[in-house]
Amino acid sequence: MTLCGAHIRLAWRGGQTVLAVSFLFIAVTLLPFGLGPELKLLRALAPGLLWVVLAISLLTTLDKLFQADFEDGTLDRLRLLPLAFEAALLAKLCGHFLALVLPLILSVPLAGLLLNIDGARLPLLLAAMVCGAPALVMLGGIGAGLAVSVRRGGLLTVLIAMPFYVPVLIFGAAASQAALATGTALWPYLGILAALSAATILLAPFAIAAALRVAQD
Amino acid sequence: MAESVTFDSDTDFAGDAFLRAEALACQCGGRLVFENLSFNLSAGHALRLAGANGSGKSSLLRQLAGLLPLAAGSLAHPFTPSRHIHYLGHDDGLKAAFSVGETLAFEAALAKTDMAVSLLAELGLAGCAWQFVGDLSAGQKRRLTLARLLLDPRPLWLLDEPLTALDARGRTLVEDLATAHLAGGGMIIAASHEALAFATQELRLGAGA
Repeated sequence: MTLCGAHIRLAWRGGQTVLAVSFLFIAVTLLPFGLGPELKLLRALAPGLLWVVLAISLLTTLDKLFQADFEDGTLDRLRLLPLAFEAALLAKLCGHFLALVLPLILSVPLAGLLLNIDGARLPLLLAAMVCGAPALVMLGGIGAGLAVSVRRGGLLTVLIAMPFYVPVLIFGAAASQAALATGTALWPYLGILAALSAATILLAPFAIAAALRVAQD
Repeated sequence: MAESVTFDSDTDFAGDAFLRAEALACQCGGRLVFENLSFNLSAGHALRLAGANGSGKSSLLRQLAGLLPLAAGSLAHPFTPSRHIHYLGHDDGLKAAFSVGETLAFEAALAKTDMAVSLLAELGLAGCAWQFVGDLSAGQKRRLTLARLLLDPRPLWLLDEPLTALDARGRTLVEDLATAHLAGGGMIIAASHEALAFATQELRLGAGA
């Protein structure tokens, strides 16, 4: 999809991908300094911490999602394309996921090393993140859509999106704990995360489109 | 090329396309920008919107494109904005991080054609293909936005200040494109402070204010 590819290239050239991944690494590097160098403690906390860091890194990318397009008239163009506005937005969100969120998830194994995470269980943690992250992107998109007409609305976006992140984080952290503790009993959590993602992929584009239409009036 | 403007085969707009606006009103930020605005436009004709700054020219164009709701009045035309209307506004939607060539390729992909390369010379941008859009002058960007009109033939063009920032040859280019479009049965509504050679009608906004 053309729009998806364009979003990926713009995110990459604007340095957003590098910025988001660097942010994640810096946050993870700082954690042991705050918590102390106790390896057992770090290993116990790692899954939850990684989820929180992933969510926060993702939140920092959200103000770039629609802001530039809103200001330079691209959103007007998207509304006049021969495909539904919602579909165009979904393409953009897919681009955002591929350009920014996937690199973040892929850097989690390396970041996990810094927290003394159990390497054998890492694939399960990644699976949980891949299942849950689309929901984070879609919910964040609603926040970004609602805050788009506010100049420097980045913080507002975060404030709007944060409460919606809670369920995803609860199930994500639970899935990761289960994965790292036993390696089993993980599937119900994965199922719930995937369900959250599927539901938001279906519904969020409509909410975002409505929010952007109101903002443009 | 613009000489042979053909529209979607399911509807023949070259015949008797007609646009009727009746008693339109526009409200922006709680302020009544204009009201009781009526005009007609038939195929092959162009309407110039004149009026002072803030008289609602751009808002009217956005209303016609379906981007802004009508505060009152009615609009009748056979067009679907997403398929039959081009809107070139102040904000051009160009991305500074893309090169000229990439922008054209992107626009061509959106319009589902592959004629992008030949457009560079036609738009007076030959030799600029590798330049980043962010490094172009205002007039060059304006020329680049004209590519949209050529890549995706649509019967109704809504142009906001189409001559701004263009040099003499750029103006001739716009006028030639517009004349060819009208000859093919297209319609144009353009907001401009300057006289437009191709305009057959004129509407002055905010005359009383």
